[in-house]
Parts: sequence; structure tokens; C-alpha cells
Amino acid sequence: MKLQQNSLLALYSLVEFAGDPTRHIAAAEIAEKYQVSPHHLAKVLAELARAGIVQSVRGVGGGYRFAANARRLTLLDVIARFEDVGSGSTDRNGRTPADRALSAVLGEIDEMAKATLKSVTLATLLRLMQQKVPGSEAQSEAESSA
Amino acid sequence: MSRRKAARAEATPPPVPRCDLAIRPVRRGDLEAVIAIDTQVTGLEKRDYWRSVYRRYGEAAAPGAQFLVGESGGEVIGFIIGEVRDWEFGAPPCGWVFAIDVRPDARQSGIGTRLLESISAGFRRAGVRKVRTMLASDNTLILSFFRSQGMMAGRFIPLEMDLDG
Repeated sequence: MKLQQNSLLALYSLVEFAGDPTRHIAAAEIAEKYQVSPHHLAKVLAELARAGIVQSVRGVGGGYRFAANARRLTLLDVIARFEDVGSGSTDRNGRTPADRALSAVLGEIDEMAKATLKSVTLATLLRLMQQKVPGSEAQSEAESSA
Repeated sequence: MSRRKAARAEATPPPVPRCDLAIRPVRRGDLEAVIAIDTQVTGLEKRDYWRSVYRRYGEAAAPGAQFLVGESGGEVIGFIIGEVRDWEFGAPPCGWVFAIDVRPDARQSGIGTRLLESISAGFRRAGVRKVRTMLASDNTLILSFFRSQGMMAGRFIPLEMDLDG
């Protein structure tokens, strides 16, 4: 499963904010850290602010800060603001038996994806970041030698 | 209270002090509290089922089987049940947790974590190095709990079908 850019930007930002909820972080700092467009990121942060997940802080030292509960906010809560999670159908409204059968299989995958995203909170994601994820070592070695 | 303060208060509910919570094997006298917690959570009283679980995992538990309760202030406020299963589904011996619950008014204070820590310690003593569980995909609360404890999707996929007629 691949997440759209806006969802990724939202999650990158939220791990930064929730990692230190007392700190105001400037959008530019996040844009630089993740090498993303500040303009694009600003739109994503505005949506998170509209949802009450982050709060914008004006003035010197301003930026954004975390305004939600990291133990309650799930990945699905965030991603669903930016994309339709689980839209895996053949887009043919079950016209043929093959469409219907494929839709049933894709529906299974969608349900698993939704259940997974709904069960992982931001707090759990932060904890996962501290752990060694299987396969990540080999991948980072490959990246550093590339 | 401001929304920020409210969110912070929600994030840090008053914990049951670790010293006030005892995790111990179930006793016959705990069964009513266990049934009451399950009934409160599921909305369905399953008295016969719990008696049979108690017979298998409580008083005459086989080696590797555990039925633990969390007690605070003289009251049972949570429980966990599991056992070591050998070569089921082709898997080497591992610990299975098949029931966990905490009284709703005592949640978010680390009791589930203590129960899981205790049963995991029992599994380690029994010589296994992996713990598994399975639950409904829409049981978000308990799924989130297990995720928060570090559990990830395993290598098994549950399958089912309706048996007609």
C-alpha cells in the first residue's frame, strides 16, 4: 500500500509535533528535514489545524504545536483527511462476475488496511520509531552504500 | 478547561499505582467479577462459558496455561488468559493470549500492560519466545492496545466461510 504525498506530509509533521508537544515547530523546519515543498506542506498543516489536530502559534517562535491526544489519534484519522482509504474496486460497479469477484478480493485487502491503520495510534507510531523495524537495517545499509 | 488542557488530562488518566495492583492466578471467588467485567464489555453474559474456562485454565490448568487477574483495592479489575500451544497451525511452541479485559472505569492506567507483562513472563518461564493473539478486525480498542505493546501483524492469515445447510 502506498500513501499519497499529503498523507505522508501530515504524518511526518505529526511525529515531529507529537514527539515534543510543548514545542512550537515552524513549517519551514519540517519542510527542510523531510526535503519537501514548504508551500505544499503549508496546505497540509492548514488542514490539520482546521481539524484541531495541530494549533497554529503566531509571532516570534511561532509555528505549530500538537493539539490532539497521541494515544487516541490513529493513522486512519489522519490519512482519511487526505485520501480515500480503501477504494480498491474495479470501478465498474460489479458489471460482470469477474468484476464482482475481484471487488470481493480487493475489499478484503481494504478492510485489512483500514483495520491496521485504525489500530495504530500516533503514540504507537512514535514507539515504533524507537524500535528496530525488521528489514530496516538491511535497507539503510543498502541506501548508504548506493 | 481549555481544549489543550482537556486533551492533556485525557492523555494522562490517573494511574492505578503499580504497588496497588496485584497480578495473581485466578481463584474460584474471582469468577463472578470476571463474568461481570465480560458482561459489561460484551453485553452478553456467558456464565457457562466462564465456568468451563475456569475449570480448564484456573483450578486444573495444564502446564503453560495461565488465567491471571489484576486486583486493586480488594477488587478484581481485569484478567488475561492464555496458554502455550505446540505446533498449532504448524508453528513452533508459542504463547497464545485468547482473552484480556479491564473494567472500563479502570482503563488507561496501565493495568492491561501489567497483565500482558505478567502472562508474557509466564510464557518465557515456559520456554517460549513469541506471543500471539487473534481478534476481530473491528475490535479497535483491543487491537490498539496490543499494537501499543509492540505487537505487529503476524505471518498467519485468518480465513473463514459460512457452512450452509
